[in-house]
Amino acid sequence: MANSSEISYLQQPAKRTFWSIPKAYQDSARGYFLISPPLLYSLVMLAAPLVLVVLLSLWTQNYLELDRTITLKNYVEAVTEPLYGLLISRSLMISGMVTLATVILAYPIAYYVAMFGGKRKSMWLLLITIPFWTSYLIRIFLWKVILGYNGVINGSLMGLGLIEEPLTFILYNANAVVLTLAHAWAPFAILPIYVSLSRIDKSLLEAARDLSDNAFQRFFRVTLPLSMPGVVAACLIVFIPTVGDYVTPKLLGGTDGLMIANMIQIQFGKANNAPLGSALAVVAMFIVAAISISFVLLTRRFLKTKG
Amino acid sequence: MISNSAKPIIEIKNVEKRFGSVTALDGVTLDIKEGEFFSLLGPSGCGKTTLLRIISGFDFPTSGSLYIGGEDMAEVPPNLRPTNMVFQSYAIFPHLNVAENVGYGLKKLKLPKAELERRVNEALALVDLKGFGPRESHALSGGQRQRVALARALIMQPKVLLLDEPLSALDKKLRDAMQIELRRLQQTVGITFVLVTHDQEEALIMSDRIAVMFDGKVSQLDTPEKLYRRPANRRVASFIGVMNFIPAKVVSSNSKSLVIDITAIGKATLDADEQYAAGADITVGIRPEMLTILYSETADDKDSFAATVNARSYYGDMTYYDVRINDTNIHATISMRNTAGRPVLAPGAKTRVSWRPDSFTIIANV
Amino acid sequence: MEKSSRSLLTYVLVYLTFLYAPVFLLPIFAFNDSAIISLPLSGFTFDWFLMLWQTKALHEAFYNSMMIALISASLSTTLGIFAARATSRFEFPGKRGIVGFLMLPLVLPEIIVGVALLVVMIQLGLSLSAWTVVIGHVLVCTPFAIAILSSAFNSFDISLEEASLDLGVNKIGTFFRVILPMVAPGIISSFLIAFTISLDEFIIAFFLTGTDATLPVYIWGQLRFPARLPSIMALGFLMVLLSLLLLLVAEYFRRRSTQFSANSSASNESIL
Repeated sequence: MANSSEISYLQQPAKRTFWSIPKAYQDSARGYFLISPPLLYSLVMLAAPLVLVVLLSLWTQNYLELDRTITLKNYVEAVTEPLYGLLISRSLMISGMVTLATVILAYPIAYYVAMFGGKRKSMWLLLITIPFWTSYLIRIFLWKVILGYNGVINGSLMGLGLIEEPLTFILYNANAVVLTLAHAWAPFAILPIYVSLSRIDKSLLEAARDLSDNAFQRFFRVTLPLSMPGVVAACLIVFIPTVGDYVTPKLLGGTDGLMIANMIQIQFGKANNAPLGSALAVVAMFIVAAISISFVLLTRRFLKTKG
Repeated sequence: MISNSAKPIIEIKNVEKRFGSVTALDGVTLDIKEGEFFSLLGPSGCGKTTLLRIISGFDFPTSGSLYIGGEDMAEVPPNLRPTNMVFQSYAIFPHLNVAENVGYGLKKLKLPKAELERRVNEALALVDLKGFGPRESHALSGGQRQRVALARALIMQPKVLLLDEPLSALDKKLRDAMQIELRRLQQTVGITFVLVTHDQEEALIMSDRIAVMFDGKVSQLDTPEKLYRRPANRRVASFIGVMNFIPAKVVSSNSKSLVIDITAIGKATLDADEQYAAGADITVGIRPEMLTILYSETADDKDSFAATVNARSYYGDMTYYDVRINDTNIHATISMRNTAGRPVLAPGAKTRVSWRPDSFTIIANV
Repeated sequence: MEKSSRSLLTYVLVYLTFLYAPVFLLPIFAFNDSAIISLPLSGFTFDWFLMLWQTKALHEAFYNSMMIALISASLSTTLGIFAARATSRFEFPGKRGIVGFLMLPLVLPEIIVGVALLVVMIQLGLSLSAWTVVIGHVLVCTPFAIAILSSAFNSFDISLEEASLDLGVNKIGTFFRVILPMVAPGIISSFLIAFTISLDEFIIAFFLTGTDATLPVYIWGQLRFPARLPSIMALGFLMVLLSLLLLLVAEYFRRRSTQFSANSSASNESIL
């Protein structure tokens, strides 16, 4: 196959090219170049607006006019007005309960798929995610249908003669919100836990067994600690967005299920007090960030083991 | 097969490569001759792969220069170099079939379809994959992937074919067969092959010359036989096979020969091209198969010493003995082929061991 | 072992019933011949689907949502390609921080994103429109696109790119002949996921939509009118079918994108 007439293109004269720059600089330069479009987008469309929200929260609304003198008045109001405090602490409570319920309910599912899923792991994961491709609003609304006065649960229980009057404690309160959100966020808890569980080297479990741990001890001494990164991620992924949930409390929460997001919306809407709404949003964000960071710090011990 | 006068196809001059604070190559200078099968041998992290990537253009030296076919490669990207590579993972494009993989690099020549096909088939025939063209690449076995990678590189008619640990992914039997085949292939196509490997046996079997590398430096560059018989230093000697190191004292020395007194063994006269001061301490090395157990306590071979078997390892075709020499604390490893009627000695057994002066080689203490 | 896995399976099945409960009710009420959404069921009807066909506002909302989803998915996938390529092949100072920032919308309450963009629009005196919704949706969809595309870009061996360069093909040629064909399934999958997310997103659209209501905003408006509910069930049912179709197509392409990868474990770790 030696016939060297066509290989001349291989020997074109060399010019000073990108290649002669040291690879480390090349890598950084190309990395920054490539990451810049998404980064710029997020800076302009997310970071800058967030800064503006903080700025707006320092201004005040005088009916139709915006007073641009910097003041902490909105924050004072956000902190001292009992209603806002109540809404924020209720939001945190509900989100905390949602997180706890979602993660505890989800863990065994992730465990089953990771440990016993065999070759059908993908099928199981698909099966778990399918319900969440139903319209979010309609899904929440259907919970109202399930939990309602004439709903599926009350209808079935009365039909079976187990109760005579419809149960009322299951709708228009915090319980309904927790249940519905635990449903809505299920895959966001299952998937990260599943990922960290499936990364556990099976030989570690065999080693634990070999060192005469029983199934129970194996779980608490090996599996659970090694899956903690997934659990922590699941907690954050569920907790943070649910604090700001708007639809579920509005549809299912009744008056004692309303959360801070509903109040923020009211300030931007009916109340026409965007600065106060911004201050409430900033306060809520700050508290959520503080809780999340302390949670990560508290669980750091478990996260060091990169499963 | 390669005459000493063959001109270098690759000249590496004082090449250094640093990654941050890590020095991967510390001033490497070597020439690779046209048409030879050249190996870069060393433990992992010795810099051999970095050197190969510098030759192929995927890394550039921090300082120093590289010439291929007389041309400075400082600013030539990999796609314009007259080298082609067989990757350790083979890097077979999974979205293309075998023929498309092999013809990948020819596409820019815009050859007529029939001509392209002819060349692809020719390349496939060269690596014994006739008729594999339409096969899906992800259905290939490890050995077949390697052949596709070879065909894909050879079809480019490179001046130099670079092979990055090409056999490490194959099982032992296939590896042994491929060693012979790669050597045969290199002689058929006559292209310079540069092989990176950590397997000393592989390098010895295939290469015309081997550069043994440690810590980013070439420790010794020689033919396989010279490397094995006359390793320049302890590290090379130990990396390539097993060697017994025994202290010795210089008795007398001139420009042609050297008389030494080997501890526990006795006087020996060696050929030498270097002169040593009388009374100097040196180290000599001897390979296990260069010592011969005589299976007798009374044999009166002139050059022999008494030994006691300390331990033995039975390998089937061979037995390796660890013996104590002349009741001293000096040990030696001796290998004996288990030929018909030859006993396997038990620990504690006493015997005499014969040696020849020219089996010893002087080892630099590096 | 067997016994514990069996009791676990029982739990899994109960949990799946919980997950699927609302979904099962949807077709039941979509075809139930009663204006009230409650048990017991009356008869079977296609009326609610017919009603959808005749509601003009719905058609506009559907059109708006499709356009917004199309544009948002294209933009977020494009941004995702840049980010995934950058993070999978190059090392640069601050990489982790930048990626963390890009993924931030994943853990940011959507109401915050909505409020922030709303504030900008008001302050700049810009009017709300379908475009402001697109801006928000791109922010929310990009992290998903990055996650899917990163696994596609990471799942192939860098020596494939090097092999292409080694065989005389330049960087641009390599991008089109090796990288793109390898990640194409990931791109399609990312596009479809982003499309589905945008199609279903409510809160941001609720804050940022002008006169052009999106489908979820339209549905939200209708939930107040009991008479409209059965047709909303019918609409929901159709949307499930559409989402499922998109999801299955996305899943098909995602699997194709990882079948090339040497480490098959990556195939199970998509964000999906």
